[in-house]
Amino acid sequence: MNLSAKQGEKFAHAGLALLLLGLLPLALGPYWLNLVGKYLAFSFVAVGIVLAWGYCGILSLGQGVFFGFGGYAMAMFLKLEASAPELPDFMVWSSVEQLPFWWEPYSSFGVTLASIFLVPIPVAFIFAYAIFRKRVSGVYFAIVTIALSMTLVVLNIGQQGETGGANGITDFSTLLGFDIIDDAGKKAIYWVEVALLLTATTLAALLLHSRFGKLLIAVRDREDRVRFSGFDTAMIKAFIFTVSAVLSSVGGAMFALQAGLVTPSLIGAVTSVELVIYAAVGGRLSVVGAVVGALLVGFTKSYLSEHYPETWLFFLGGMFIFVVWVLPNGLADLFRKILRVKT
Amino acid sequence: MDNALVTTHFAVASQRPESIAASQPVNAKSTLMNGKILSIEALTVSFDGFKAVDGLDMSIDENELRVVIGPNGAGKTTLLDMICGKTKPTSGSIRFRGTELSKLSDYQIVRLGVGRKFQTPSIYEDLTVAENLEISIPQVHGVWASIFFRRTKEVRERIAYVAEEIMLKDHLRMKSGKLSHGQKQWLEIGMLLMQDSDLMLLDEPVAGMSPREREETAELLKRIANGKSLVVIEHDMDFVRSIAKKVTVLHQGRLLSEGSVEEVQNDPRVIEVYLGH
Amino acid sequence: MPTTSIKEAIVTFGILVMQLFNGLSLFTILLLMALGLAIVFGLMGVINMAHGEIMAMGAYTTYLTASFFERHLPGLMDVYLFVAILLAFCVTFAFGYLLERGFIRWFYHRPLDTLLATWGLSLILQQTYRSVFGAQEVSVPLTAWLSGAWEPTESIQLPLNRIFIVALTILVTLGVWYILHKTRWGLRARAVTQNRAMSSAVGIDTNRVDALIFALGSGLAGIAGSVFTMVGSTNPGTGQLYIVDSFIVVVFGGVASLLGTAASSFLIAQMQTTLEYLMSGSMAKVAILLLVITVLYFRPNGLFASKVRT
Repeated sequence: MNLSAKQGEKFAHAGLALLLLGLLPLALGPYWLNLVGKYLAFSFVAVGIVLAWGYCGILSLGQGVFFGFGGYAMAMFLKLEASAPELPDFMVWSSVEQLPFWWEPYSSFGVTLASIFLVPIPVAFIFAYAIFRKRVSGVYFAIVTIALSMTLVVLNIGQQGETGGANGITDFSTLLGFDIIDDAGKKAIYWVEVALLLTATTLAALLLHSRFGKLLIAVRDREDRVRFSGFDTAMIKAFIFTVSAVLSSVGGAMFALQAGLVTPSLIGAVTSVELVIYAAVGGRLSVVGAVVGALLVGFTKSYLSEHYPETWLFFLGGMFIFVVWVLPNGLADLFRKILRVKT
Repeated sequence: MDNALVTTHFAVASQRPESIAASQPVNAKSTLMNGKILSIEALTVSFDGFKAVDGLDMSIDENELRVVIGPNGAGKTTLLDMICGKTKPTSGSIRFRGTELSKLSDYQIVRLGVGRKFQTPSIYEDLTVAENLEISIPQVHGVWASIFFRRTKEVRERIAYVAEEIMLKDHLRMKSGKLSHGQKQWLEIGMLLMQDSDLMLLDEPVAGMSPREREETAELLKRIANGKSLVVIEHDMDFVRSIAKKVTVLHQGRLLSEGSVEEVQNDPRVIEVYLGH
Repeated sequence: MPTTSIKEAIVTFGILVMQLFNGLSLFTILLLMALGLAIVFGLMGVINMAHGEIMAMGAYTTYLTASFFERHLPGLMDVYLFVAILLAFCVTFAFGYLLERGFIRWFYHRPLDTLLATWGLSLILQQTYRSVFGAQEVSVPLTAWLSGAWEPTESIQLPLNRIFIVALTILVTLGVWYILHKTRWGLRARAVTQNRAMSSAVGIDTNRVDALIFALGSGLAGIAGSVFTMVGSTNPGTGQLYIVDSFIVVVFGGVASLLGTAASSFLIAQMQTTLEYLMSGSMAKVAILLLVITVLYFRPNGLFASKVRT
C-alpha cells in the first residue's frame, strides 16, 4: 500500500469509525452488540493508557480506581432511580436505615454526569503532581497505584451496606425514564457510547499531533533534558495522567450502562492490569489500536471463559509475555508493516 | 505564554542579524551585583561526607566568557550541576542577577535564563533537528500553550536562523539520532540558543570532536558570546586558549587559581597539580 | 491492693509480649519474601511480579514432601520439615536460575516491561497450580515436636513452631548478609550490580552472577513459602497475598539496603498486627498503606537509603 504515517493514521481512524458505526451494528444481534459495548467501555481506559503510558511512559496499574469510580457513580444514579422511592435493596438487606449522605447527590443526573467527568480531575491531578514532583521512579508509581487500587477494593467490600460490598450494585431498569434493559435501549446506549468514544479518539489524536504530543514523547525518553529546556515535567505528566483518569471514568460509566452491574473487582488490581494489556495488545502507541485491542482481547476472554475456563489465565498470561517480548508496539505495528506505512 | 508573545519576541530578535541575542533589558539587579551575572559564595556540597565542592567563591561578569579547568574530580561538573539546579548544594549561595538559585527547581532556573549543555549530548534522538529546536522555544512552557501552539512563520524563521548558526541548516528534517557526535553537540548548543539563555553553561563542548570541528565550535562560541555570558568546562588547552579571556582553575572542589590563560599556565600551584601528582 | 496491681501489670506485659510475638510471624514471612525481592530488585533493578508464585512453589514443594513422607517414610515424619525446607530452596533456586537465563534477561533496562511480563508469568503459574493441585487449600501436618508452646511465665505462651520460624528467619537473614558481604562471591555480585562494564572487564562472568543473584532471591521466596505452610494453608492465590505487601516493605525500607528491608518488614508487620487489634483488618491495611505512601513521599528512596550522587 505504501502510506505515509499520517495517511496511515487517518486510514485507521476511518476504519474504526466504519467498524463501530456501520459494520458491527449491522452484522451483530443485540446480545453480541451488547458485548461489544462492554468491551468498548474498556477501550476508553485503553486509550487513556496509550496516552499516558505509550506516549509519556507513565504506567498506572490502578486505572481501575477511576474506572470503578465512573461505574459506581452511574450505578448509584441508576440504582436510586430503579429503587425509588425506597432504599436500594442491598441497603435494606444490610439494615441500613437511611440513605448515606454521599449517595444523595446521585439522585440527580446532572450531578452524576458532572461527577463522572469532573471529580477525577482534582483527584488524579493532585495525586499525580504531588508524586511526580518528587521524581519518584516509574516503578514506584506503578506499585503505588496497584496498592491504592487494592486498598480501595478492601474499603469498598468492607462497607457492604453502603456500597453493595462484594456483590456490587445491580438491577437497574431505567435511565431518566428510558428503558435500558430491552434491546432498543441497549442499542441507544451503544450509539451514545460510540459517539463518545470516537470523539475521545479524535481528540486524543489531535492532542498527540500538537506540540504537546511531542513533549510527551520527550518527557518519556529524556525527562531531564525537558526540565532543562524549562518545562515543569511534573505538570505535563500530571496533566496527561488526569486526561487518562477522566477517560477511565467515562468508560466506567458506560460499562455500568452496558453491563448492568458494577462490582469491586472493576476497581481492583486484576482489572487494572488487564486494562494495560488491552492497550498493549492493540499497540501502546496507537489510539485506534487500543480500541481494537480491547475488543479482540475482550472477545477472546468471553470465548475462553465460557468454553475453556481453565485456559483463560494461561492465555492472558501468555498474552502479557508475548506482547511485551515479541510485539512491544502491539498489533498496530503488525498492521503498519503489512500495509507498509512509513514510520 | 501564548503565540503573540512568541511572535513579538522573535520579531525583535530578527532585527539583529549580527548577534543571536534578543533584546537585553537593562536589569536593575545586575547593576546591584556590579555587572556580575553570577555570584557564588562559600558554595559547598557534600555526598555522604565527601566534599565535591568545598567553600567555593567565584563570580562571572555580564557578557563574560569564562573557562573552567581542573583535573578530573575537581568538582567542575558538580559546580555546573548546582548552578543549573540538578544538585542541591549543602551550603553556600549562588546568585544569578540577584536571585538565589539554590532554592529553585531546575526548570525554574532555566526560565530565569540559565541554559546547560551536558557532557554527553543530551538531545531528543527520536525527534528531528527542527523539532529539537522547536521544543526549546521559551515562553511556551505551559501545557495549554503547548497544545495550541502553531508553528508560525516567525517560529520557522527563528529555527532556520539558529540552525544556520550551528551549521545544521541542511539537516533540519533529519532525525537527530542520526547526526554525528560533533553535530549533536552543536544541536544542543542550538537548543540553548533557541532558549535564549543569558547564561550558558557548557560542559566539555568539544569532547570527541575532530580538530576541524573544534575550530568551528570555537568560532561558534565566540559568535554567541556577544551579548551572553558563558561558562565553559574544557580540557583541551588549545581550544581553551582560542576562546578564553579569563580562566578559573578548580582543584579538589576549591578555587586554585584564576586569571588569564598565561597567568594560570605559569602559576606554580597549577603546574604542581597538573604535573606533580 | 499492691499485689493485684503487680499481677495486672504482669498480665498486661504478657499480653504485650504475645502481641509483639504475633507480629513476629507476619514479620518473618514478610522479611523472607522482602529479602528475596530486595536482592533481585535492589541489586538488579528487576521487578519480579511472579515472586509470590515462587513462594507458593516453595509451599507446594513442602506440601508434596510432607505427603511423600507421610506415605512412604512415616517413621521419619519428625524430620521431614528440614528436608522440605531444603528441597523448597533447591527447587525454587533452580527455577529462578532457569527463569533468569531464559526469560528475565531479555527485559533488562525495561523495568516496566519486566513488571508486565512477570505479571503474565504469575498468572500462568497460578493457573498451573490450580490445574495441578486444585483450587482448594492444601495444608501440611504439624510437626509433632513443634506443637505446643513455651511458657516462661503464666501469662506468656509462645508457640514453639513460631519460635522455630523466627530462629530460622534470623539464620537465613544472617546467612544472606554473610554471603553478600563476607564472601568473594558476594563481593563479585555487588561489583557486577554496581559497575557491570568494569566487572566484565576484570573477568567476572556477569551473566552467571545475574542468574545466581536471581536464583538466590527465588530460593529465599521458596523458604518463605515453606515457612508459610507452618502458619497457614496454601492455595493457588497464596502468592498474591504477600506480593504487594512485600514490594511495599522493600520500597519503604530502601531498596538497596538489607538492614532497611529488615527494619521495614519489622515495622510494617508490627504496625499491621497492632492496628488489626485496634481496628478491623481492612482499615489496618488502609492505614498502613497511607502511612507508607506518606513516608515515601518525603523520602522517596525509602527510610534507610543514603544520599547518593546522581
